[in-house]
Amino acid sequence: MEIRPVLWHAVLIGMALLTALPILAVFGYVFVPAPEVWRHLAQTVLPDYLYNTVLLVLGVGFGVLLLGLPAAWLNSMCRFPGQRLFEWALLLPLAMPAYIIAYTYTGMLDFSGPLQSLLRAATGWGYGDYWFPNVRSPGGAILMLSLVLFPYVYLLARAAFLEQSICVLEVSRTLGCNPWQSFFQVALPLARPAIITGLSLALMETLADFGTVQYFGVTTFTTGIFRTWFGLGDHAAASQLAALLLGFVFVLILLERGSRRRARYHHTSSKYSRLPRHRLRGGQAVAAVLACTLPLLLGFVVPVGQLLYWSLSTAAEGLNRDFLQLAGNSLLLAGLAALFALLLALVLGYGKRVRNDPLVNLSARIAAMGYAIPGTVIAIGVLIPFAWADTQLNHFSRRWFDARVGLLLSGTLFTLLFAYNVRFLAVSLQTVEAGLGKIRPTVDNAGRSLGLNAFGVLRTLHLPLMKGTLLTALLLVFVDVLKELPATLILRPFNFNTLAVRAYELASDERLADAGLPALMIVAAGIIPVILLSRSIGKSRAGEQP
Amino acid sequence: MNTLVLQDIHIAYDRHTVVHTVSLSLNDGRIGCLLGPSGCGKTTLLRAIAGFEPVTQGVITLSGQAISAPGAHLPPEQRNIGMVFQDYALFPHLNIARNIAFGIRKHTGRDKARRVAELLELVNLPGYEKRFPHELSGGQQQRIALARALAPRPRLLLLDEPFGSQDVELREMLAREVRDILKAEGTTALLVTHDQQEAFAMADEIGVLRAGQLQQWDTGYNLYHRPHNRFVAGFIGQGSLLAGTVINPDTVSTLLGPVRGQVPAHCPPASVVDVLIRPDDLKLVEEAARKASIVARVFRGAEYLYTLALDDGSRILALAPSHQARQVGESACFELDMQHRVILPRE
Repeated sequence: MEIRPVLWHAVLIGMALLTALPILAVFGYVFVPAPEVWRHLAQTVLPDYLYNTVLLVLGVGFGVLLLGLPAAWLNSMCRFPGQRLFEWALLLPLAMPAYIIAYTYTGMLDFSGPLQSLLRAATGWGYGDYWFPNVRSPGGAILMLSLVLFPYVYLLARAAFLEQSICVLEVSRTLGCNPWQSFFQVALPLARPAIITGLSLALMETLADFGTVQYFGVTTFTTGIFRTWFGLGDHAAASQLAALLLGFVFVLILLERGSRRRARYHHTSSKYSRLPRHRLRGGQAVAAVLACTLPLLLGFVVPVGQLLYWSLSTAAEGLNRDFLQLAGNSLLLAGLAALFALLLALVLGYGKRVRNDPLVNLSARIAAMGYAIPGTVIAIGVLIPFAWADTQLNHFSRRWFDARVGLLLSGTLFTLLFAYNVRFLAVSLQTVEAGLGKIRPTVDNAGRSLGLNAFGVLRTLHLPLMKGTLLTALLLVFVDVLKELPATLILRPFNFNTLAVRAYELASDERLADAGLPALMIVAAGIIPVILLSRSIGKSRAGEQP
Repeated sequence: MNTLVLQDIHIAYDRHTVVHTVSLSLNDGRIGCLLGPSGCGKTTLLRAIAGFEPVTQGVITLSGQAISAPGAHLPPEQRNIGMVFQDYALFPHLNIARNIAFGIRKHTGRDKARRVAELLELVNLPGYEKRFPHELSGGQQQRIALARALAPRPRLLLLDEPFGSQDVELREMLAREVRDILKAEGTTALLVTHDQQEAFAMADEIGVLRAGQLQQWDTGYNLYHRPHNRFVAGFIGQGSLLAGTVINPDTVSTLLGPVRGQVPAHCPPASVVDVLIRPDDLKLVEEAARKASIVARVFRGAEYLYTLALDDGSRILALAPSHQARQVGESACFELDMQHRVILPRE
């Protein structure tokens, strides 16, 4: 059963084009003149969008480096109390969507929150008598995003530090560097590509963030697109804003691609020696524990504690039929999206394995580009062509059959699933490709030479070998969909709610305690991929005994 | 003058002793070698000299300065000891010139450029300043690693399995090249290897290590012809041990007749000892009183290595030119021509 090359090409290119559809739709509007609205935007909000977006990017960039780098270095080179725990626990903030951590800190730090109430009770001050930092500000958004996004830098920097041949560091010692000079002259420059990769991933998430900035009232591109599309009803202007945002995103993609390429040349060695970790004592150990505890505490433990408290206090009335319906919707949606993405990833992955030519590689790359595109942009990019198709269909049916078929595409679950796939196909594709990469072609050859046909190889060799990979791919997309907010908010069918949307709505209505339960569910699910991740990095450095 | 002196060195990890009571000294300008099977502690010893492992007992002195002792440990960067690692460990983010100049970064630009050019000349890679490590072949990377370690004119150069990742055919040639470079710079060096051919090609003095203990510190010639114990006799070169009985302090009687040599002091007459017979101690001839049957042979190019079975079943090895091939199963006449007679006690 050899599939014809032409067929492979047709399928793969078709998939790439479909995935690129939202981006093409957005860019298609770039040349549609909308001078009125555009002039209005430029005079009023555009400078704000630009200023806030740049401020967020710079602030979060600084924040994630500050939190992620010391933790990565300490956890790859040193031993100190609790280090085994921190090694994986520092990934936990990844389970916390930024908009949810924003709700918890707002609850804790607002005027009516426990901290300020305590302060007033202790001092007798009243409203306006004292200054307190306002968490619902650009600075607050930077802090929230940094607290949940620093693990990207931590993860990639730590991997890079561990991958460096220890000999490279030792050789610098024999050439007269003390440990600090070794770090700044050798280890850090060598890890720079990986650090930039981590940084650009964190910044892509920052640009894509909608929930936090919307809730904090910080006007950025994502909130601007939302407002222009729904508030002003101007699709052309919204698309043009989206195209501008994509410009920022593409810069980050280029940065990430470039640094990944450079990282290959920064590979030091395939041989590893035992990693002699530096044992920290006294003040040094205390400082190390603090540098790891603080981000973990603020980025995970404290907000989870707050969510638990809210959930327990509202569980009595919160855990009702509506909530079950909500959870069911979320599970259904996330499960379907994960299956759908896995199927496409398998087609792409095997396509690349069978036919490894530039055209196929380009298709796979385009299909996997969505991970960098903000959900808001994908949502309107999906709405544009689908709405157009619906209009045409209705136009056609009225003319020939004198009947309205209604909205076939937009406003259905299908639209939502399509958008999720554009955004998250990269996640499952990466997993599938990594899994397939581990099955060397000689395994296929051995199977064929022992009398299996192509299908037999798939069934008796690949399926058992890929079982873990498939499950991982499903889980990762499942959790990503569960956490996704803006695309779901924009594209969901009428009256169809999910946990994320419900949490957003409740928080927007200032019913923070009620938002606790759905938010906690999302965080709990988010821990699953963190466990998977920590297990795979737990194998640690090649050649090191556990 | 003794550059490097190790005195009763012990090294232990987690109460597990890796190096026991090792003492040795290396003179100025000499090349030493630590030779032993993997896991014998030779790399640990090297790393202790470099300053990456603390010693649990003993003292390491370099040019009269104590650099390692329990509780007194000079950090690696203050020792001025160069090291070449098995995987070269070039800095991939720096070009060749900056790699070599890394250890002399405080020198002036002119000085650095001159030293870099001089070293590139020495390692026979002139004009490679602007290249990057990933553009170089394995052998070239190794020479750059050597140049980088030599740049600050270290008091001592350490080489950890320097040819380990090269093809076997290349190793001996590279070893001679590196030896010439070190001699040209007048560098005192200590290398670690498990390959005796490499050790013979590089080193003036060789120490055989086994399970963390130094068995013998000697020239290659003496290790082969005058091994101090059964381990060294077996580890260096090929040979067989023939049982014998002590007759008097300088004679042992064996199946091949009496062998005269120094009997170890603690072996009284009538005790059983072994006599080391190297393949080159035997000469296969057409007619002789001594006979044995050929049970195996291995082609070695210029020679065949024969395994002979004596009457009592004990085996000995013999080398003979390959153009006079003899078949397995034939019996062969041989003469014994022993320049060195090594008599080893039973353990």
